[in-house]
Amino acid sequence: MRLEYFQLIDRIVALDVDARTVKAHAKIPPTSTIFEGHFPGHPLMPGVLLIEAMAQTSGWLIIGLTKFERMPFLASVREAKLRAFVSPGQALTITARVVHEGSGFTITKAAIEVNGKVVADSELTLRLTPFPDPNLRAGMQLVAAAIDFPASASLPSPG
Amino acid sequence: MSSTFDTVATIIAETCDIPRDTIKPESHAINDLGIDSLDFLDIAFAIDKAFGIKLPLEQWTQEVNDGKATTEQYFVLDNLCARIDGLVAAKGA
Repeated sequence: MRLEYFQLIDRIVALDVDARTVKAHAKIPPTSTIFEGHFPGHPLMPGVLLIEAMAQTSGWLIIGLTKFERMPFLASVREAKLRAFVSPGQALTITARVVHEGSGFTITKAAIEVNGKVVADSELTLRLTPFPDPNLRAGMQLVAAAIDFPASASLPSPG
Repeated sequence: MSSTFDTVATIIAETCDIPRDTIKPESHAINDLGIDSLDFLDIAFAIDKAFGIKLPLEQWTQEVNDGKATTEQYFVLDNLCARIDGLVAAKGA
């Protein structure tokens, strides 16, 4: 997890485009200026960043489904629950599945586990648009390579 | 069995917290009811689920942006319901 770059996913460990599911791993860094303020003497991973981690995981799933033809942007967070404190140094397993694929939007359900226990979950709406800038698409492809996004999910389906 | 309009009006009322009795067949979802594009995604989700269809919002938006259609054709509720009925019929064909 590179908090300073807002890159909250370390690795995509499973992406199933047929089942429309994804699983990612992320390790919270042991130190960050964020934890100096949130909170002094009691460092916690901010809940909004846990929601962002679920949104990014959902986003990679959608990018896999659309083969890099659409960029997902977080549009709505529903029923977000932050069920336990999450601390620096902890390892997260983040999962997401598609609930609904609409025209120009996708709804997912995502969750984060620490040591097998759900610490956060939410239903998310992501708005899908063509990549507004080729540099964004190129940048996302670089990130994809860095997080082991499966190359097969980047290519258009045969036929 | 409720009509398409009744179902859509109930979805709009519940999704956007708009009094049901202010939602009329001639209401324009955007201009009259003040529904923005994000709220309309929630409405589209509920309509997709309720009718087992996929409202082609991207296509409609493109047609409006290209000047090939007006928002009234898609977002006046009478017209929206007619399009929903058409999509349902096409699904069953």
